[in-house]
Amino acid sequence: MTYGLEIPLRGYSYEAALFLPPPEIARNCPIPDLLDKRLLIVTGKGGVGKTTVAVALGMRAAAEGKRTIVCEVAAQENASRIFDHAEVGFHEVEMEENLWSISIDPEESMREYVLLQLKVRAMRDLLFRSRIFTYLAAATPGLKELVTIGKIWELAQLDRKVKRGRKYDLVIVDAPATGHGVGFLQTPRTFASIARVGPIHSQAQTLDRFITDHDHAGAVIVCLPEEMPVNESAQLESELRDEVGVAVDRVYLNGLYPERFDKSEAERLAALAEEENGAVRAAARAALSEYGRARAQRAQLARLRRRVGAPVRTLPFLFEPELGREAARRLSQRLA
Amino acid sequence: MQTLDEILAGKEVCICAGSGGVGKTTTSAAIAAGMAARGMKVCVLTIDPAKRLADSLGLEELGNEARQVDPALFERQGIEMKGELWAMMLDAKATFDELIARHAPDEQARDRVLGNRIYQQISNALAGSQEYMAMEKLFELHSEGRFDLLVMDTPPSRNALDFLDAPKRLTQFIEGRSLGVFMKPTGLAARFAGRGASVALGVFKRIVGFDLLADLAEFFNAFSGMVDGFQARAKRVNDLLADPATCFLVVCGPQGEPIDEAVYFHRKLVEAKLPFGGVIVNKVHYPAESLRGESDDLPALLAERLGDADLARRVAANFADYQALAERDARNIEHLARELRTSTVIRVPHLDEDVHDLAGLAQVNRYLFATGEERIALAAGRLKA
Repeated sequence: MTYGLEIPLRGYSYEAALFLPPPEIARNCPIPDLLDKRLLIVTGKGGVGKTTVAVALGMRAAAEGKRTIVCEVAAQENASRIFDHAEVGFHEVEMEENLWSISIDPEESMREYVLLQLKVRAMRDLLFRSRIFTYLAAATPGLKELVTIGKIWELAQLDRKVKRGRKYDLVIVDAPATGHGVGFLQTPRTFASIARVGPIHSQAQTLDRFITDHDHAGAVIVCLPEEMPVNESAQLESELRDEVGVAVDRVYLNGLYPERFDKSEAERLAALAEEENGAVRAAARAALSEYGRARAQRAQLARLRRRVGAPVRTLPFLFEPELGREAARRLSQRLA
Repeated sequence: MQTLDEILAGKEVCICAGSGGVGKTTTSAAIAAGMAARGMKVCVLTIDPAKRLADSLGLEELGNEARQVDPALFERQGIEMKGELWAMMLDAKATFDELIARHAPDEQARDRVLGNRIYQQISNALAGSQEYMAMEKLFELHSEGRFDLLVMDTPPSRNALDFLDAPKRLTQFIEGRSLGVFMKPTGLAARFAGRGASVALGVFKRIVGFDLLADLAEFFNAFSGMVDGFQARAKRVNDLLADPATCFLVVCGPQGEPIDEAVYFHRKLVEAKLPFGGVIVNKVHYPAESLRGESDDLPALLAERLGDADLARRVAANFADYQALAERDARNIEHLARELRTSTVIRVPHLDEDVHDLAGLAQVNRYLFATGEERIALAAGRLKA
């Protein structure tokens, strides 16, 4: 924190703060418009806390008795890290009661897809050993993304395609940060238009219908209370809605500082910081930093509400060194 | 510890790399501005279409051509521009098209590639093509010699490594020309390749649909005349990255995850024998000046000075929260310095105001270019930032 920098004391409107429900009301009220869906796609730029929010949503759904799975894509393992669990890989691993986690590796998905398509074992073996096949699969643009979405679809089926597949009530996807995941979600539609015949054509159409079915699937945008993330979230919402056609059900403004001090208190603290030295001065300055940031963040919250159409909800900044399982649980109780 | 001026002395290319959300764009812009202020002609390149760089430089928008930033804008922030600052946003698709035009043996071949649907997909969306084109543009600008220093803001990817592997992935893909032969509609060559290959192709055809395969075959055929040119160029691009006049700066945040990524990324740089310059940690919570145990009775002390026990309690609680974050950051940075075996860890504090414009950039700039003592003084409030 920069105790040395000046804190602007110009007045902001506090209207934004009035929209915030008191924490005790927000805690654990039912959120059926989100959790009664079968697929939730958590999106947002890098570093905004997508995985934490995805896990928190999963915990909340699990607490309501819904069998839920959190999926990471591109072989990421951030969720297992939050659970302080060994890497899960391409396996559905139970993290808590009713809550599973999987890291979807595109190569494994491809393999599984081929296994489901080809019933003759010798043919499959031949295919997997063939360098040409591996090469073609890697060279076909978007095929990795397509089989990843294919796996997400498969997980969401009540009639699972894989043997002895578990039935889930809700599938939560921690979407890739690159390009805000818009390109990722557009893959099925793009594929359906490139491959005009063959099984992939109809399967890509099925996947596109799956993610754009507003009754059963939706996107959640995670944002930070800063100028550029707010701009980008507004842009992301319009792309998701207009270009991909997916329903945007929520925007979570993550990392909101508490409003610990009011204006008159800040003035008193500023005077104190002037006269004092040592710890008292440092503490007064830290308080002024917090005051300045909390106010700037409220202004961003107000901007966000003006610029997006989906309901905006806030999640508090947690003053914790690392966000682990218990931090995610606390956030899950604050979801609304 | 080296200062940023020392790290960048004699460098022609500076590449800022790191995972998403750590402030790479702002850092790149601040570095470029700082070096321009010191008298160099600098160009900062980004491929992020999110307008972040344009916004932070006070430009309406950036295009595929470099544009000079008005020096008066910096002077208003108290930064005297002895040199020139230029900025551009890379258009990956346009760069790829230019590259095709350069390597195509004739117009017909060029048009066949540009019109191919697989090419259109790749040039827009294939993971790695953006990164590769960024390197390509960097190489082109460097060859032209118009600038003293090029600062590159690497693409926003979740995994910083995507960016290093991208050129390799793309050239591998393009080098797959031999497959074009297998996929010719006659399938003649497939027979020579043996039963395995033809079955594999047949199955692939069944899965993806024939159209796609035909497009792929056409793409490889159209591309076959250009592969050598591409390979030669890719090699020269790689040579530039490994050149001693190039410098990679790893940018990260102070939390555990970005620190781990920075450590991993540094290891990959070393493995790839690419020149590592230093690491920049953004949004660091600084610990307060040495408190000599005073903070033990801080709540009481505050209550006495403020005459308000409730406010004193909140101020103390807030202070404890920040100190905990400062301690975490110090621990993580110590770990980072140890892992990287470097003392060159440049810290930029978590500023009170969100950095998104020139005023913010000017503040970041002071920290980036400060000497060790200056930085401590800045953080402690003894020097006006």
